[in-house]
Amino acid sequence: MSKVPGDLRYTKSHEWVRAAGADIVVGITDHAQDLMGDMVFVELPKPGTELVVGKECAVVESVKAASDVYAPLAGEVTEVNEALAGAPETLNSDPYGEGWLFKLRPHDPEAVRALLDAAAYESLLASEG
Amino acid sequence: MGHRTPLYEEHVKAGARIVDFGGWDMPLHYGSQIAEHHAVRRQAGIFDVSHMRAVEVRGERARDFLRHVLANDVDRLAVPGKALYGCLLNEQGGVLDDLITYFIAPDWFRLIVNAGPAERDIAWLRGHAGAFAVDIAPRPDLAMIAVQGPQADAAASRVLDAAAFAALGRLPPFHAAFTGDSFVARTGYTGEQGFEMLVDAHEVAALWTRFVAQGVAPAGLGARDTLRLEAGMNLYGHEMDEQVSPLESGLAWTVNLATDREFIGRSALLRQRAQGLARRLTGLVLQGAGVVRAGQEVRGSFGVGTVTSGSFSPTLSRGIGLVRVPLAALDGEVCALAGRSGQALAARLVAPPFVRHGRVLIDL
Repeated sequence: MSKVPGDLRYTKSHEWVRAAGADIVVGITDHAQDLMGDMVFVELPKPGTELVVGKECAVVESVKAASDVYAPLAGEVTEVNEALAGAPETLNSDPYGEGWLFKLRPHDPEAVRALLDAAAYESLLASEG
Repeated sequence: MGHRTPLYEEHVKAGARIVDFGGWDMPLHYGSQIAEHHAVRRQAGIFDVSHMRAVEVRGERARDFLRHVLANDVDRLAVPGKALYGCLLNEQGGVLDDLITYFIAPDWFRLIVNAGPAERDIAWLRGHAGAFAVDIAPRPDLAMIAVQGPQADAAASRVLDAAAFAALGRLPPFHAAFTGDSFVARTGYTGEQGFEMLVDAHEVAALWTRFVAQGVAPAGLGARDTLRLEAGMNLYGHEMDEQVSPLESGLAWTVNLATDREFIGRSALLRQRAQGLARRLTGLVLQGAGVVRAGQEVRGSFGVGTVTSGSFSPTLSRGIGLVRVPLAALDGEVCALAGRSGQALAARLVAPPFVRHGRVLIDL
């Protein structure tokens, strides 16, 4: 069973977000990393990039496949996880911790509430079988 | 649900991600295919290859029959136990399958064919067997494992009985022998030392468990694919199929056209050779970050090529692939791989293999 921490919000495209002051941290879920297998490359947006909600903003590539990461909220990228370039496997071993992708300052901090909570994301996973 | 090998329960117990491969439910990996890849290059790994089919060819004219249906010449097999790699061709010179033939006795050869094409192969062989009065007998009662890596024999010394281990120790590369009821062969698909074993399907789980208890890492089809790719070995359905000639698949060395032996596909291959081949198979390495995927296009001064197999090489930490290019394309040429969003990734043609016996064989 994939881990779905209760204190995070989720998207239908398997990103997670965590509030961190004025910013939110974004990553991909345990379910997503598990499906993709060993990660070998991560392409992150540059700090300062304006993200449009639902649009591709990063790429994670595993031995098996490449997959887009979609912006969970509109906002500006404030920081990216540079350490992933040299250790993409962190996405597999610690998707909710050291494997975070980037930080985002959302234009509308309230918009995070519209994302799935853990229970809703778990139901989504269950329905995907 | 697909076919399941006698080791299916072992895979599930070990936490394998199961995928369909040629109609079989097989382990893709047991957690990390990269870790499994490294285990085989550096220590030892064990693969369930029971989806591959052993087929006995028996009869007084078994040799004549195989000289007729195989593109490689079993007359190269002089000593019992010797193995030969080669292709089964159709009349057009297309590849029906690639297989290993073991010479057991003048009236007995054993073939190991791929899972996907197995039923078609068997029907094809039987269709041509009549004139030679040979019997084509699949062996679903046998299971097959591959133990590969520099520590494979050390593990075998602790797992096999003394007689079996001694027999293994005497085997030169590409030879096999019976030890009791099992058949052990110095063959593999990883570019590492090691062996493969055909054993009674009822006994394979116990054997598997004993190797794993000795620290041999269960390795899935994911690692098997990156290992064979680094070793520059073809995969049926990728590098060759019914539409492609072995001469354009890097397999000219497995086709014996030097003698007047009449085998199926020979006249088509002679015609191709006389007309001139258009393409050849070689290797590709990315200069920077990225993963190579089958089907991608490669462009260079030579024109356009197509990736037949691609992945990420765990040993090189680079994207690598096998690529079919115009005949004139030279190894060493720089070229551009079309990435998934159309961007050009800098790459270079290189002669495979990329890695064998733990050593990098190309310039990065």
